[in-house]
Order: sequence, then C-alpha cells, then structure tokens
Amino acid sequence: MTGSLAAIGAGLAVIGAGIGIGNIGAKAMEAIARQPEAVGDIRANMILMAALVEGAALIAIILAFFGG
Amino acid sequence: MRKSRSFVIWAFFAVAYFFSLTPIAAQHDDSHAQNEAHEHHTEDLCAHVGHHEGDFDPGSTAFHHIADPNLYSIGVWNFPLPCILYNKDQGWDIFMSSKFDFDFRGHGDGHKAYRGYVLDGGRVMRIKDGSLVQGEAVVGGFAHLDDESYACIDGTPHLLEAKSTMDGGFLGGGITSFYDFSITKNVVGMLLIVLLLGWLFLRITKAYQQRDGMAPKGVQSFIEPIFLFIQDEVAKPFLGDKWPKFQPLLMALFFFILALNLFGQIPFLGGVNVTGNLAVTMALALIAFIVTNINGKKPYWEHILWMPGVPGWVKFIITPVEILGLFIKPLTLMLRLFANITAGHIVVLTFVGLIFIFGQSGQSYGGSAIGIGLSIPLTLFMLAIELLVAFIQAFVFTILTASYIGAATEDAHH
Repeated sequence: MTGSLAAIGAGLAVIGAGIGIGNIGAKAMEAIARQPEAVGDIRANMILMAALVEGAALIAIILAFFGG
Repeated sequence: MRKSRSFVIWAFFAVAYFFSLTPIAAQHDDSHAQNEAHEHHTEDLCAHVGHHEGDFDPGSTAFHHIADPNLYSIGVWNFPLPCILYNKDQGWDIFMSSKFDFDFRGHGDGHKAYRGYVLDGGRVMRIKDGSLVQGEAVVGGFAHLDDESYACIDGTPHLLEAKSTMDGGFLGGGITSFYDFSITKNVVGMLLIVLLLGWLFLRITKAYQQRDGMAPKGVQSFIEPIFLFIQDEVAKPFLGDKWPKFQPLLMALFFFILALNLFGQIPFLGGVNVTGNLAVTMALALIAFIVTNINGKKPYWEHILWMPGVPGWVKFIITPVEILGLFIKPLTLMLRLFANITAGHIVVLTFVGLIFIFGQSGQSYGGSAIGIGLSIPLTLFMLAIELLVAFIQAFVFTILTASYIGAATEDAHH
C-alpha cells in the first residue's frame, strides 16, 4: 500500500504545482498582452517563478516517495 | 506572434513538466510489484541464470541505461574504461574493465571476477563474502532478488554489494566495503565536454582579440547571442553593478550544464546522463551555495537570523524557516536539474521500449511493426521537448543562482 499512497501524495503535489504554474502562465500572458514591449522581462520572470513553484513540487514528490 | 510564441514555449514547458513526474510513479509501482512476485529462495537463484531472460521489463531497462557504468557504449558496442577501486583490506586496484571479460556486444555483464570484483550490468560490484578475493574466477551469470544482486560462480550465488555512496543509506547506498574512483561513462562524458568547451571558448577569445572591432565570424557568432543573453537577462538585472565579478561563474554553470544536457541527448553516442546524476547536480548546487554564502553581506544574514521590522515573537517563527530556506534553495537547485534530465532520459527509453513490449521481445514481427510505428513519432516528439528542456533547465539553474547571489550581495535599503 505504501507505493500507492506515495503516488497519491505525488499527485496532490502536482495539483498544487499545476494550479500555481497555471496562474503564473495566465498572468504572464495577460501582462504580455497589456505590454508587448516587455515580453523579454516577463518571460524571464515567468520561467523563474515557474521554477520556484516546481521546486516546491519536487520536494513534495521526493518526500512522498522516500517518506512514504 | 510574440504571444503565440511564448504560449508554445509555455505549453512545451508544461508538457515536459508533466512527463518529468510520471516515470517516477511508474517505476516505484514496478519494483513494488516485482518484489511481491519473487518468492524464490536464494538457492534456486542460479538455476535459471544464462537462459532466456523472459519478459521485457521497461523500468529496469531504462534504469540500466541511465546508470553510470564502468564501460562506454557507443551504439550496441561496449568499450572498456579504467577502474580505480579501493578496498580497506586489499588496497588500491587499478585496471581496465576489460579484465571482467564482458561481451563487446551486450549488456555489460562480466564473465570473470577479478580480485573480488565483478561487473554486473556494466557496474562494478564486490562480492560481499571475501573468500573469492584471490585472482580470477568464471562468473556464470547474475541474478537479482529483492533489490539484492547475486553473482553465480560454480552454481552458487554470492551476494554482491555496490560501491560506497555518501547518502548514508538514504537512497539505498551507504558505506560498503569498497570505494569506486573509476573513470566511468559519466566522467568520460564530462571530460569530453570540458575539453570541447575549453577549446571552443579559447578559440572564440582568440577570435575576439584578432578581430577586434569587427563583426563576429563562424562559431563566434553562434555563441555571442547566447552569451549576451545570459549577460543581459541574468547577470545584469539580478546582480546589479557587481555582475562582472560573478559573470565567469554564471557563464561556466550555464554552458557546462547546457553542453552536458545536449550531449546526453545525442542518440547512439553513449547517452551520458551527467546532469541527470544526483552527485553532479549536488556538486553544482554546492558551488552555488558556497558562493552565495561567502559573498553574503550583513543585511542578508540579518534578514535570515534576526529579521528587522517584525515583532519579537514573529522572529522566533521566521528565523527557523529562513535557516531552513538557506538549505532548501540549493536542494531544489540540485533536485530540479536531476529530476528533469533523468525523467527525460527515462521517457525516451520507455518509448523506445514500446517496440519490445509490442513485439514481445522479438517474437512477434507484427507487434514490433506496431511498436516501431508508435515509438518513432513519440520518441522524436520527446527528443524535441528535451531539446527545449536542456535550454530551460540550464537557464533556470543559472538564473536562480544569480538571484540567490544577488539577494545575498544586496546592500541595505530601508
């Protein structure tokens, strides 16, 4: 059972990260639409923020597999 | 146009992210099911060794191919590499892995044991029971049961142990009877890339000196935009006026990771998985951690240890969290690169494995044809995504390192 429980934990982490990254992407799109000349800055910051959210998800997944 | 382009980049990133997560779950369940399926005793282990292996196991095949073996495979051909091994009782052993007499075409199982060491699936292992330490012995084959490996010598299984690792057993390793300092496949890949980058950048430096004031030419004009992109988008905005000091570090990190990511994706050239190796990413993250903290100024440490401007009791909550964050930052740096690159390799290998799943390991030609029809487009698709991931992960590693250093070296502003 531990295997499947760990998978559920990983899945929950992915839901959180998915919502987070989705929000970042949506807001970045809006910002680019509003200010197309700032596309370079916005894209760099978008990737940076996505990487930070992804980091939290990765920690959750690693903990889910090694702790569960 | 700009909008759609950034949407495509975003979609690729999201899909790559999705793929980076799935194989971990799949593999975990696989090994779990396998453990339950095996109900043999160790005495029976060697009875079936040497016969046909049976069903194709995509999980273990993928892990075999992303491992760090003591031989270099180009296509299906194996080439020996030097082994440098240390054991407390017998001291240093330096020899070529051809001593293990592995097949030139094959999986890298050694047919001979040498001074207590054997070659199991390309990796050097040691016989735990030291009775066979002297000289050479013929190995009939290898058996695997419950995460333990056994070498069959004269029909008897001998328990094997892997090289020592520094994780203290957390990832299944720990200190064993020997240490492996060999020039493995990853080390060869890393050395090749270091030589290539060294040659390339020295050449470009010379070109800049000779062609001062003129337009860039040849490989110079390929590297210059990438270099300027990192300088203008990463170094300058995050590091302020201190950017020239950290520019060499950031450039070294970026080009080293990028070159290794791309080199690992060339099919049939060994597929070295250097940036998908936890030890390598740990070393890179450790460099970022050390540089960040030895350059940390007073405001940086003040914000970690005794956050100014918040009530006293909140400080007791914030300080432990900040100290934890100090270590979590390099930890995520390490895990992100490792997980993305490893997952990419596993997915590609699993898609290639479709051929063998559908073809029942070569018994059904029709199934193989369906497998090939599925596998080729999926693998090409995945390799295209991985090309993007190679750039994104190198960029993310560099930009995060720059932002950590930038935050640490910032002057007080209140």
